[in-house]
Amino acid sequence: MNGDKRTGSLSRRDFLAGAAAAAACAGAYLLRDTVGPKGPGQQGSAGLPDFSVPATAGRMSIVTGADRAKTVRRAIEAVGGIAAFVKPLDRVLLKVNAAFATPAALSATTHPQLVAELAGLCRSAGASVLVSDNPINDPASCFTLSGIDSAARSAGAKVLLPSDDQFHPITVPGAKLLRNWPVLQGALARVNKVIGIAPLKHHQHAGASMTLKNWYGLLGGRRNTLHQDINTTIAELAMMVHPTLVILDATTAMMRNGPTGGSLDDLAPTHTMIVGTDPVAVDAFGSTLLGRRPGDLPYLAMAEAAGCGTTNYESLKPVRAEAS
Amino acid sequence: MRIVTVRRISQGFFLLMLLWMAMVTAPGDAWWRRRAWPVNWLLELDPLTAIGTVLTTGKLYAGLIWAVVVIVLTVFLGRFFCGWVCPLGTIQHAAGWLSRKGRALPRRIAVNQYHRWQSAKYYVLLFLLAAGSGGELAWLVRLPQGRPLAIPIAALAGLTAIALLTILRVIRRPVAAAVGYLVVLAAVAGLGLAAPGDLGSSATLQTGLLDPIPLAYRSVSLAVLAVAGSAGVSLSAEQRWYELSWLIGGIFLAVVLLNLAVPRFYCRFVCPLGAMLGVLNRWSIWRIGKRQAECIQCKLCEADCEGACSPAGEIRISECVLCANCLDACKHNLISYQRPKSASGEATSPDISRRGVLASLAAGLLAAPLLRLGAGSGANYSANLIRPPGALEEEEFLRRCIKCGQCMRICPSNVLQPAGLNGGLEAIWTPVLNNRIGSSGCQLNCNACGSVCPTAAIRPISLDEKLGRGQFAPAGPIRLGTAFLDRSRCLPWAMDRPCIVCQENCPVSPKAIFVRESFSTIRNGRFVVAAINGATMTLSGATVQDGDWAGGDYYCRAEGNPRLAIVGNNAGTIALSDPWRKAPPAGSEVEIQVRLQQPYVDPRACVGCGICEHECPVSGLRAIRVTAENESRNAKRILMP
Repeated sequence: MNGDKRTGSLSRRDFLAGAAAAAACAGAYLLRDTVGPKGPGQQGSAGLPDFSVPATAGRMSIVTGADRAKTVRRAIEAVGGIAAFVKPLDRVLLKVNAAFATPAALSATTHPQLVAELAGLCRSAGASVLVSDNPINDPASCFTLSGIDSAARSAGAKVLLPSDDQFHPITVPGAKLLRNWPVLQGALARVNKVIGIAPLKHHQHAGASMTLKNWYGLLGGRRNTLHQDINTTIAELAMMVHPTLVILDATTAMMRNGPTGGSLDDLAPTHTMIVGTDPVAVDAFGSTLLGRRPGDLPYLAMAEAAGCGTTNYESLKPVRAEAS
Repeated sequence: MRIVTVRRISQGFFLLMLLWMAMVTAPGDAWWRRRAWPVNWLLELDPLTAIGTVLTTGKLYAGLIWAVVVIVLTVFLGRFFCGWVCPLGTIQHAAGWLSRKGRALPRRIAVNQYHRWQSAKYYVLLFLLAAGSGGELAWLVRLPQGRPLAIPIAALAGLTAIALLTILRVIRRPVAAAVGYLVVLAAVAGLGLAAPGDLGSSATLQTGLLDPIPLAYRSVSLAVLAVAGSAGVSLSAEQRWYELSWLIGGIFLAVVLLNLAVPRFYCRFVCPLGAMLGVLNRWSIWRIGKRQAECIQCKLCEADCEGACSPAGEIRISECVLCANCLDACKHNLISYQRPKSASGEATSPDISRRGVLASLAAGLLAAPLLRLGAGSGANYSANLIRPPGALEEEEFLRRCIKCGQCMRICPSNVLQPAGLNGGLEAIWTPVLNNRIGSSGCQLNCNACGSVCPTAAIRPISLDEKLGRGQFAPAGPIRLGTAFLDRSRCLPWAMDRPCIVCQENCPVSPKAIFVRESFSTIRNGRFVVAAINGATMTLSGATVQDGDWAGGDYYCRAEGNPRLAIVGNNAGTIALSDPWRKAPPAGSEVEIQVRLQQPYVDPRACVGCGICEHECPVSGLRAIRVTAENESRNAKRILMP
């Protein structure tokens, strides 16, 4: 055997063995973990940013009429016009209620006409528009069957369907329940304005589902456990979201069998559109259209006590008008 | 001293260490019980556990750093671990030696010849490592996303490194190396276009199934010592019971008995740890070899060759377990442990094919996502899979648990059991609580399982953290699940029998189980009063056993009176605690009632320890059972906001 070659081969082998050993030591040093993994984290990030426009605080309008497109335009004009809320280059989230995979005619979901109208208004003000919700039924089915998906996209808005990776935990300051709770940050973190659009519905457990209950669709996780304390939950949702604007569509109200409905017999033509910057006031008025008083809904008083708005909507001197 | 004698001493030492450490891993105050014994040291020396958990978690946990010693020594010395340390190797070594004893030389040489199926273990290893690599793969393919320069820079850096190593004469085929590197890079860039979702990055640590060290620990702890206990060798306070012992013990027995056919069958054909060490010793500086090529080919060196590595001819370095039997056997002293290559040639690399390697890697990478498709660790989790306190969230847990059984061995109540298939195939033999086995549920003031876990699949927790005291008060106690009452089986709820053993045994304060009192008229419990004499009353037509109603839970009710407790009875007469305020007239009806305290569970207080389930007198399917809902380790399983 050639002596030179043998030496060369051995030095190469020595080098590789030494390199492998050194790599093992260095790798072990870098990757060492003497404490072990931590338990489940208790800290969610702080709450959501404030989406409201301070100058528009306390504005509210109540417009009667059967045509959504007309009533909502009139109602938004009455609170200052879309330009007061949405500026060019704003990114707006339209938080619809797409909870169920039912057709728009059953009024269990936000009406697509309203989605198209608002998306168009925001885009004409120079903003980009995202439409989203975390529904109860299968998300894709809900957005398709309710008509919201096609309405939003034909109006130039983007639709975000929720998936696990879109949710990140937050802790609502002062909240008891919504601590370290996953919310739809995939939508919320991408926008600087939030407009809630909710249909007026009877709700078996909470009494009524309106603009505050609509924020429930921003929650992920095991939110069905929150029904053990539904009023506190809705009040904490009021603490969580400070919206740019809320729209309560009472053109057709679901009077019973809510929040799913399912029959045209459950609906009544209440022909009203309510727009405002104070969701507590908007919902307080909305409850009257369901034949209730604001005092019948504990979460309204709780939200008011938490400083999220007033149940005395008349104190805001809402603009009343008719559009036909 | 002969080298094989030194080896035997070393093997004996480590085998005794396994047995001793398994024995002392039990609670108790005897001097030899676990205190400062390094009960995990052998497990921590295991490079497969170390590399496996580094792949699945990106971390090298605590004592696993010991494995570096074995890796470095292997790189320099060869597979000494297999021949000198591994207790499963030693057991097989002994079994194989016994099976060969007295056999004719040609037969002994024949069973120790290299077999091409010895390559199988390398494919097993690659499969297991690939199954744990989902995280790395996902990281790699996501790397170029949003970094347009990453791929060109990586290409340039890689080619430069190849050029440098070629100049240093480390790489001998620079073109092949460069092409291979660029192909891998292109594959990564291509995969990066389609980023894998969470499923694609899932990883599962399954090395423990076949890794000889966890296998040995598991077999000794859950089968051998448990059987020894039943044979009167008292190592625990009580007989230990383990589900699936038959399978764990059966596999161990098979590993030993296969030596009757082929010595060190498991080491040669199956062992993924042996395979890993066989790859690591590729460049080992000292190795077994012949001093000169020519010899009389007597093959005495192969008669007891443990690794079947053909020392007489072209020696297979990756198969050599350094048993040194060949050194001892060669009558002409032609074999030595030396730096130069064997004079009759050597094969340094394992005999594996490129397509075999690719197939094992692909199968391994697909295994974890495939196992997770049933959502068994997600929405479709098994409610019966109650993990011990401190166990990580299920997917994190499955990235660490090596199924060594240390937690089940130390568990004082024997409630920790090796799982069957209820947690899915990948969770087999991982620790799970079975509240029907053993002496009790999970003991409130015990954190032994996490303190002994070598990989922190059950992380070490303090009692303060477990019980939610001190700085952990805001988080509350660690919950394993929640007890649910089955009212159709519960004696006070379904059968008019007083009981509440569950409530009495609930160990948390205030108790998670509370009761509401109710009085219910017993079956055929209306009687006509025959006569009353003070606190004694005779009922017409009553045929009840003496004392049946005398237990303090039975009452008599009559119109216009408070309910009176029955203090004694015979066939037709009952004694009451007090005389009636307004005695019911003869001929009127009274009711015999039983006082039932019906249990309820307060989910805010229940920690899921399972003591209620263990104590429930409905011994088959218990009337109160713990399931995994509300366990602390997974926020998606909460029961209350």
